Amino acid sequence: MNPAVLIASVYVFALAAFLGYQVISRVPPLLHTPLMSATNAISGISLIGSLVLAGGGHSPLFAHLLGFVAVTAATINVVGGFGITDRMLKMFAKRLPAKNAAVNE
Amino acid sequence: MNIESYFMEATYLVASILFILSLKGMSHPETARRGMFMAEAGMFAAIVGTLVGQHIVTWVWIISGLALGSIIGGWMAVTVPMTAMPQRTALSHAFGALAAALVGVGEFLVHASEMGVVTRGALGLEVMLGALTTTGSLIAAGKLQGVIGGKPIQFRGQNAVNLLIGVGMLGSFVFFWIHPEAVAVFYIMLGLAFVFGVMLVIPIGSADMPVVMSLLNSYAGLAAAATGFVLGNNVLIIAGTLDGFSGFILSVLMCKAMNRSITNVLFGGFGAVIAEASGDSDGVMREISLDDAAMQLAFASRVVFVPGYGLATAQAQHAVRELAELLEGRGVTVKYAIHPVAGRMPGHMNVLLAEANVPYAALYEMEQINPEFVSTDVAVVIGANDVVNPDARDNPKSLIAGMPILEVDRARSVIVLKRGQGRGFSGLENPLFFKACTTMLYGDARSSLSHLAKAVQQV
Repeated sequence: MNPAVLIASVYVFALAAFLGYQVISRVPPLLHTPLMSATNAISGISLIGSLVLAGGGHSPLFAHLLGFVAVTAATINVVGGFGITDRMLKMFAKRLPAKNAAVNE
Repeated sequence: MNIESYFMEATYLVASILFILSLKGMSHPETARRGMFMAEAGMFAAIVGTLVGQHIVTWVWIISGLALGSIIGGWMAVTVPMTAMPQRTALSHAFGALAAALVGVGEFLVHASEMGVVTRGALGLEVMLGALTTTGSLIAAGKLQGVIGGKPIQFRGQNAVNLLIGVGMLGSFVFFWIHPEAVAVFYIMLGLAFVFGVMLVIPIGSADMPVVMSLLNSYAGLAAAATGFVLGNNVLIIAGTLDGFSGFILSVLMCKAMNRSITNVLFGGFGAVIAEASGDSDGVMREISLDDAAMQLAFASRVVFVPGYGLATAQAQHAVRELAELLEGRGVTVKYAIHPVAGRMPGHMNVLLAEANVPYAALYEMEQINPEFVSTDVAVVIGANDVVNPDARDNPKSLIAGMPILEVDRARSVIVLKRGQGRGFSGLENPLFFKACTTMLYGDARSSLSHLAKAVQQV
């Protein structure tokens, strides 16, 4: 990694950290469980590194095998994570039932 | 750079933006689902971009990995019950961290000779964090699932042993960093990191799991970010950092909600020391009959339910909602008070109640609801103990002194639903139970609640 790329990467890291702090501190405690499961699914982006390891050229077979396990693990996270987050958020999206709304006037 | 590479980089940029927007959507339940669709689209774009832009020569491992992962992930997404959400999340921390660690090992196998100093440092961090998070999360998942006992596992000299393992791990990391030709040291570091993850989590009790979960979340994210540094890939850095910081923010919030420091959670072994109780338990606990409790509730004008983890273990979410709806039908205002560490992971109680069709507008955070207890007629505590213990506020000598609590003792009357007369998880005496305004309703929370509902109908 040459110095220019390193510096750019450190910038990306620092800005992402700052932005992450700003965005995530606005998430209400109500949604903390879906938040954790969503960020987990998003960090399943390490899948793209796993894909290269599993299918890239010039690697020993063992590296392909490691890549296969990594792809599997990351895919479980992506598919399972997004699926379950959506299941939770669907429950929260339900509005007040009409009769309750009437009583609460 | 050829056209495929430009396409790949473009998908990465789009994915990064969509990830950030999706987390922004999380700031409100109404927009959260739309946000998740954006994140899914971003993920899909990044995967397609990678497959197009990278030199993929063998597809068999990729396709079988994607297929197997989708089947397992899809099966988990559909079948996991909401009560098991903490275990599921701990497992997914393990999977994410494992993927990061394996990518690191793979990079080491293939490119170790051509790595610069910085890349090697990032690689070491990635593998170390990934490995310790993998085993740590597996232990956490085992404890949450009940495969491993929830009680802290401790032995004499534990902290010294942990320190030794930690120092050994960091030492091998530094050695490998300076001497890349020492292949064996790399694997020693990997092994020690696996062991360190186990040692880090076994001394921690179930009640501290919200903090541990958040910390492991943070580590898993940082491992992914380190992968980004190794591969020189910005979308990995961004997504990993977002995950890492989200976990970090949650750990801080959880620690605040228990008035403890992270070091205290990790090395304190809470619950192992039974401190002397406040002693002034001179009063008696007064039992209340179902009919009297139903009467109180039916003729109240404001009722607040205070659910704790006991509600989840008794599977009483639906029963409490049914009772609440009956009361609302009689014109009673019903609210739910949610302590930040109620449940086994951040926000767990909200999810459980939402699943039972409790509208989220009725769920109140600690700061919102505490001023309202004074004007509450009946507070119903269901399987909660430490989070309503007034000792935390009044007794500076208490083990949980300073922990913010739900101030149910300010309500006009309190009904505590409890399995038996025993102490809670922390083993602390709770003076709330001896107050004049408090009455106890013993028994399984779910059956108590459904009997209460029947009794309310007959009032």
